[in-house]
Amino acid sequence: MSELEQFRAETRAWLEANCPQSMRTPARGFEDIYNGGRKPEIDHPDQKVWCDRMAERGWTVPTWPKEYGGGGLSKEEAKVLAQEMARINARRPLDSFGISMLGPALLKFGTEAQKKEHLPPIVRGEIRWCQGYSEPNAGSDLASLATRADDKGDHYLINGQKIWTSYADKADWIFCLVRTDNSGSKHEGISFVLFDMDQPGVTVKPIKLISGSSPFCETFFDDAKALKANLVGEEGKGWTIAKYLLTHEREMISSFGTAPRQSLGQQAVDVIGADASGRLANGVLRQNIAQYQLDALVFGYTMARVGDEAKAGQGLGPASSIFKYYGTELNKRRNELNLAVQGEAALGWDGEVYDGGQLSRDWLRSKGNSIEGGTSEVQLNIIAKRVLGLPDA
Amino acid sequence: MALVLNEEQIMLKDSAAGFLAQKAAVAQLRALRDSGSKTTFDGDVWNEMVNMGWASIAIPEAYGGLGYGYTGLGLVLEQVGRHLSNSPLESAVLVGATLVNELASEAQKQQWLPAIAAGETRFSLALQEGAHHNPQQLATSARREGDGFVLSGSKVLVLDAPSAQQFLVVAQLEGTDGASVFAVPASADGLAIESRAMVDSRAAGALTLNQVAVGADALVGEAGAAGPALERTLDIANIGLSAELLGLSAEAFERTVAYLQERKQFGRIIGSFQGLQHRAAELFAELELARSIVLKALQAIDEGADNLPLLASAAKAKLCEVAQRASNEAVQMHGGIGMTDECDIGFFIKRARVAQHTFGDYNYHLDRFARLGGF
Repeated sequence: MSELEQFRAETRAWLEANCPQSMRTPARGFEDIYNGGRKPEIDHPDQKVWCDRMAERGWTVPTWPKEYGGGGLSKEEAKVLAQEMARINARRPLDSFGISMLGPALLKFGTEAQKKEHLPPIVRGEIRWCQGYSEPNAGSDLASLATRADDKGDHYLINGQKIWTSYADKADWIFCLVRTDNSGSKHEGISFVLFDMDQPGVTVKPIKLISGSSPFCETFFDDAKALKANLVGEEGKGWTIAKYLLTHEREMISSFGTAPRQSLGQQAVDVIGADASGRLANGVLRQNIAQYQLDALVFGYTMARVGDEAKAGQGLGPASSIFKYYGTELNKRRNELNLAVQGEAALGWDGEVYDGGQLSRDWLRSKGNSIEGGTSEVQLNIIAKRVLGLPDA
Repeated sequence: MALVLNEEQIMLKDSAAGFLAQKAAVAQLRALRDSGSKTTFDGDVWNEMVNMGWASIAIPEAYGGLGYGYTGLGLVLEQVGRHLSNSPLESAVLVGATLVNELASEAQKQQWLPAIAAGETRFSLALQEGAHHNPQQLATSARREGDGFVLSGSKVLVLDAPSAQQFLVVAQLEGTDGASVFAVPASADGLAIESRAMVDSRAAGALTLNQVAVGADALVGEAGAAGPALERTLDIANIGLSAELLGLSAEAFERTVAYLQERKQFGRIIGSFQGLQHRAAELFAELELARSIVLKALQAIDEGADNLPLLASAAKAKLCEVAQRASNEAVQMHGGIGMTDECDIGFFIKRARVAQHTFGDYNYHLDRFARLGGF
C-alpha cells in the first residue's frame, strides 16, 4: 500500500470514529457552518465537538504548517482528506475570515511572532476575525481611505469609520487598513494593523440589507488602540497586503457563478411544461436559460483551464482577471432566471410554504456580488488598463 | 484531460502561425480576391501545407495519416482564422477526410484516405439544400439501377466546389429510412457545378444532379446508415470552424485594441474613453471563455467523449456569438476607416459570417444545445 493509500485508510477510520452523525448532513448555506470565536453561534452542540476534534489534529486548516497549529498536510493528503469527508457528507468543521483571508496574509507577510500568536487560535476556532477595508467615502476607490492611526510610541490610536465590515458584530479581532501617513500618494501611507474589537473605542452597528439579513456592519473607532507589535508588514506599505487579499477575495466570490448541479432548463420544464417536441413551452424564456447555461458551462471550463495552465507551469494567465466580473454577473443572471422560472413561489418573503423566502432573499443578496470586493465596473477598468494596456483618462 | 496545450502542440501552433503569416495572410487573400481566381486559393501554398502534413493531421496512421488528432488540426485552424488563410483545409481535411474516416468501409478507407493525406484527392461534402443548415430535411434522392445508383437533386454551399475532385453527396435512397452518402466524381455525367462567389472571397458552389449514374462502389459505408457518422462529422466540423472563429475573433480584437491605443480624437487617445474601455474589456472576457470551450471540445473529439454533440453545439453557439460581437465591434471602433475596403477589418467580418452560417449558425446550435440539455 502506498503512503497516500495508508493515509486514506487511517483518515477514513478516524473520520468514521470521530465525526458526529449530526455533522454528516450537507450544509444548506454559509449559516450552517460553524464560525467559532469567543461568542460562537451554536445551532447544534455537535458543531463545537466536531470542530474541537478536527482542530486537535490541525485539520480545520489541513495545509497550514504544524508549527502554527495546522495539519501540515501535503496538497495530495489534503485532497484525500476532502474526498474522505465528502464520502460521509461531513461538513467543514470551521470556516472563518481567519482561515480564508488573514491566515494566508500572515503566512506571507507576518513576522514569526505574529504567526505564533495569531494562527493557532484561528485553527482552534477561538478567535473570529473580520476585515476592515471599505469606508463611507472609500468604496470602489479603496485607496482613498481616511481612518487615521496616530503613533503613540508602542501603539497606535485609531479614529475613523469602516463600513460593509462583514460579521463585525460577531468578530473578536479585526484586520484593518488605516492611514499612518498623508503626505504621499493615496496608495502610500496605508498600514495593515490587527486589534481586538473588545475595547471601549470600538462600536459596531449591523446594517439591514434588502434581503432582510444583516451580514454587514458599520464599525466606528474612537481612540481604539492597536499595539505596534500587531502592525503587519512595514508601516505605510499596507496596500501591497490589501491588494493580495483583494485578489484572494475576488477568487472566492467568483466561484459563486459556477454551474449548479440541477439544470435550470429542466426545472423550467417541470414548472412550465414542454411542447410536443420536448422544448420548454415558452420560447423566450427557453432562449434566456440556454444562453445562461451556455455561459455558465463555458465559465466553468475557463476556471478549469486557468487552473490547469497554472499547474502546468504556464503561470496565471490574463483570463484570471475576468473571474470576479464574470462570475458575479453570471450569478445575478442565475438568480433573475430563478425568479422567472419559479414565478410566485420565488416571490415569498417568509413562511414554510416559501422555505423562509430563500429564493427571493438569495436573489436580493446576489445583487451585492457585483458590488462587494470591487464592483464590476472597477473590474472592467482593471482589465482595460492592466491587461489591454489602454491609457488612463 | 487537463485543459492545457502540451509542448508539442504549442510548437505546432507556433509553426503554423509563422508559415501562414508569411504565405497565406490577409494580404494574399486580398491579392487572390483582386485577381478574380475561381479556385480562390493558391495551389503552391496548398502543396506546402500538404508537405507539412496538414492534410493528414487527423487521419489515422493506418491510412497514411499522422494520427495527430483533432486538437492538432484545431490549433492549425485557429491560426487559419487569424490570418484568414484560404485553402481546402476546411472542405477537404476537416470535413471530407473526417466523413470518409467515420463512414466508409475498410476497403474504401484503404483506397481514399492515403490519397487525401497525400493531397491528391479532395472530397467536399454536399449536404445543404435550402437557405439554412437542416440535415433532417433531405430532398436529394437516390434509386438503385442495375449494379449502381442514380442520383437527382440540388445542393448549395458546397465548399470549394469549383476545385474538388469528388463530392460526398447526402441523399435519400429509395427503400431505406436513414440518409446515405455517395461519392460522386466532379466529372460525372449529369452533374452541373455552378461556382458561386461568396462574401468571404472563398469559392463555394451549387450542385445540380440530374439523373447522375454512379457505380455500386460509390455508396460510402452502408445504405441508409449514414446518420450517426454524418452527425459526428458535423460535430467535428463545427468544432473545427469554432477554432477558426476563435483565431479570427482574437485577431480582429487585437487589431482593434491596437487602433484604440493610437487613434486620437478630442486631443486624446480614444482608448482612454471609459465607454470604449468597458466594451473592450467585456469582449476580452468573452474571448477567454471562447478559448476554453474550443479547447474542451477539441479534446472531447480525441477522447471519444459521450457528450460530444452537446460540446460541439456549445462551442459553435458561443463562437458564433463571440465572432459576431468581435467583428461588429471591430468595424464600429475603427470608425469610418473600418468601412473602407482599404482597411483589412472588412475581411474579418465577411469571413466570420460565412463560417458562422456553415453547418448551423447561433440559432441552430443554441436550440440544439438546449434540446440536448433536456429542455
